[in-house]
Amino acid sequence: MKRREYDAVIVGGGHNGLVNAAYLARAGLDVLVLERRPVLGGAAVTEEIYPGFHYSVCSYVVSLLRPEIIQDLELARHGLEILPLESTFTPLPNDDYLVRWADHDQTRRELYRHSPRDAEAYDEFGKLMLQLAMAVKPILGMAPPDPGSMRPGNLAKMARLGRHFRDLGSEKLSALVKLMTMSSADYLDEWFETEALKATMAASGIIGTFLGPRSPGTAYVLLHHYMGEIDGAFRAWGFARGGTGAVSEAIASAARRLGAEIRTEAPVERILNEDGRAVGVALESGEEIRARLVVSGLDPKRTFLALLDPDELPTEFVDSIRRFRIRGSSGKVNLALTELPSFTALPGVGPHLRGAMSISPSVEYLERAYDDAKYGEFSRRPYMDIIIPSLIDPVMAPPGKHEMSIFVQ
Amino acid sequence: MLRGTPFHPRTAALCQAQNWRRWAGYIVAGSYELLHDREYFAIRTAAALIDVSPLYKYHVTGPDAERFLNRLIPRDVTRCALHQVLYTPWCDQAGKVIDDGTLSRLDADAFRLTAAEPNLRWLQDVSTGLDVTIGDITQGLAALALQGPASREILQQVSDVSLNELGFFRLTHARVAGIPATISRTGYTGDLGFEIWVEAAKAVPLWDGIVQAGAAYGLIPAGMLALDVARIEAGLPLIDVDYIPANKALIEERKSSPFELDLGWTVRFDKGPFVGRRALAAERERGPEWQFHGLEIEWDSVERLYAEVGLPPGLPTTAWRTSVPIYSGAEQVGYATSGCWSPVLKQYIALAHLRSGWASPGTRLEMEVTVEHRRKRAEARVVRKPFYDPPRKRAVETAT
Repeated sequence: MKRREYDAVIVGGGHNGLVNAAYLARAGLDVLVLERRPVLGGAAVTEEIYPGFHYSVCSYVVSLLRPEIIQDLELARHGLEILPLESTFTPLPNDDYLVRWADHDQTRRELYRHSPRDAEAYDEFGKLMLQLAMAVKPILGMAPPDPGSMRPGNLAKMARLGRHFRDLGSEKLSALVKLMTMSSADYLDEWFETEALKATMAASGIIGTFLGPRSPGTAYVLLHHYMGEIDGAFRAWGFARGGTGAVSEAIASAARRLGAEIRTEAPVERILNEDGRAVGVALESGEEIRARLVVSGLDPKRTFLALLDPDELPTEFVDSIRRFRIRGSSGKVNLALTELPSFTALPGVGPHLRGAMSISPSVEYLERAYDDAKYGEFSRRPYMDIIIPSLIDPVMAPPGKHEMSIFVQ
Repeated sequence: MLRGTPFHPRTAALCQAQNWRRWAGYIVAGSYELLHDREYFAIRTAAALIDVSPLYKYHVTGPDAERFLNRLIPRDVTRCALHQVLYTPWCDQAGKVIDDGTLSRLDADAFRLTAAEPNLRWLQDVSTGLDVTIGDITQGLAALALQGPASREILQQVSDVSLNELGFFRLTHARVAGIPATISRTGYTGDLGFEIWVEAAKAVPLWDGIVQAGAAYGLIPAGMLALDVARIEAGLPLIDVDYIPANKALIEERKSSPFELDLGWTVRFDKGPFVGRRALAAERERGPEWQFHGLEIEWDSVERLYAEVGLPPGLPTTAWRTSVPIYSGAEQVGYATSGCWSPVLKQYIALAHLRSGWASPGTRLEMEVTVEHRRKRAEARVVRKPFYDPPRKRAVETAT
């Protein structure tokens, strides 16, 4: 078989691998992406599971796709369209509900119904989160300096970081320290009294984590969520038209345009190693592809423990990879619907169905869901984040039919 | 859903322009007619009826009500007599303005505070430890402003108390068109005028009663566009336009102290402690960085700029609310936040924030104007507010 050498070979055609391929190709490298499955995107795929029903199988909303990536790769030109998903509806067991709408006045009035104080606190909380998100954002894209190193470059970086925090001022710095260390439940308790509001906001502090709203550190995840809101100003938040797979498709299209080669149904069996250096990959088909650079878009366990022979890596490193915890706590249920659901708390078809529907009636409810998971069980009453994609992008389901995406944690 | 005010059944039927605007979660008429000019002139030459129900209103009662309010606002509430009304800003701990409104003493221990933004949480926080009850009565209380030179005569027709003795910034309880109401001699127009406060359920009959009495005097309803021109002429600042409330400002530079808003006269250091006192005392020592004054834009200068491109002078047809740079030579020394052509003064006017060195009356500055797609500068002069201040605004009617 003909052997060819690339500048870079990327294992895994998920959205991270594809972004990487696009940037490397943009820098002039000769790039190859290898994807095991017939579809690109990894966890960001749209697939037709039942005839006519297209599902964002795993990831279902776009939130933290960096706006600079959208700009750099010209993803809009490659077909990325993000549709707004603006409200959050929380049905409650007592047949009441709470909705946070896209419109400020409408949200205020709805919160006021539950607590006049919370209606006002909500604005101030939002302002503080925005300020803190602005403060944290520049640090996110920074390679962290090594606090133990005395190298001048490193020291300068530490000094820059120190200055950044000093410039925040004591009030914001103290709020930030609280956020970094507290649980979202405790943090929200300082601001709000409406249980459903606290719970629904706390849910964004635990989503995708193996934590409960009373776990320390979850307050920071709240802030992370607010960063998505800032990018929301650039319309980087919402539902991708055509489902999340459309995001991967747009990135792949951009990567191809920039010269990257992408192969699907090309599972990599192992990473080739010569003298402690990765020099290429071997496919399950037996084909070997050589490259100056091997990039893995897979998780570290599969990358280092499955695709490489542990003999080829330092023992301590292998050990630390083994100890690296990857714990999933969430699942996804995709339903095909003959008609739209009607909630007992707010019956009928209304705008509340077009946004997110959050099953998060109280902080205690969420914490108990976590308790089940903590002891190795499925949550008996899980936190759910639900959307009806066909109400946002009608072509996701056959005409007149609908589909529901349920994120379960 | 956005709500109509308690007067909506009447205002909706009258609003030919259908240019509804948002105000605190309510919809209110921008203008009733297609052009707002007649509504403006009604305010200045006859009388106009303006629905101001969306104002936030708080009822403050209890043995500590006076103490609480004295803690909240920089004015001295102990000097607020029964049935007196005070205009006042209130500040955060750093002495930056959160909101402004009017405070009415309804009884020894009962007050009503109006606000432009929701303030219940702040009021509750400031009342910590005091024996006071704060009720949000925004929804239950409708408010109608009757403004203009004929307003007293019209209101007198339908009121059971004499309004001749009612002084500027005083109130009285009365029956208006048979409906129990509070009448305050207040308003946002800088003219003779009254605000009538009634239970929301009685709003429509109140409207009908006043409209009927006013027909002979040229009374018409006026919307926000006309009101905006009148309040600029009166030099009255508008929240979110002329200043940003301190609790909403994302950066420090956006906050303003009372001194910086030309409201230094409301700050009384000869009373007990109040929120922001220390910061304001320090600011008074060093002098405010900014001042808020009027600008008169020179007609000749505007005319010249337009003549250069072969056009007659262009003037704003409605009040504008954008930030416009103000220069002194090459340096930007401030920014105007509202402006309009004053029909009654025949003068182009603006309200501007100016660095203190460039703020004394008479200072010659330049304001940016866009003439035929190009940025130009028109000559302007700093003047004291209000631009328009007719004696009838404060006068008590002594004639029979």
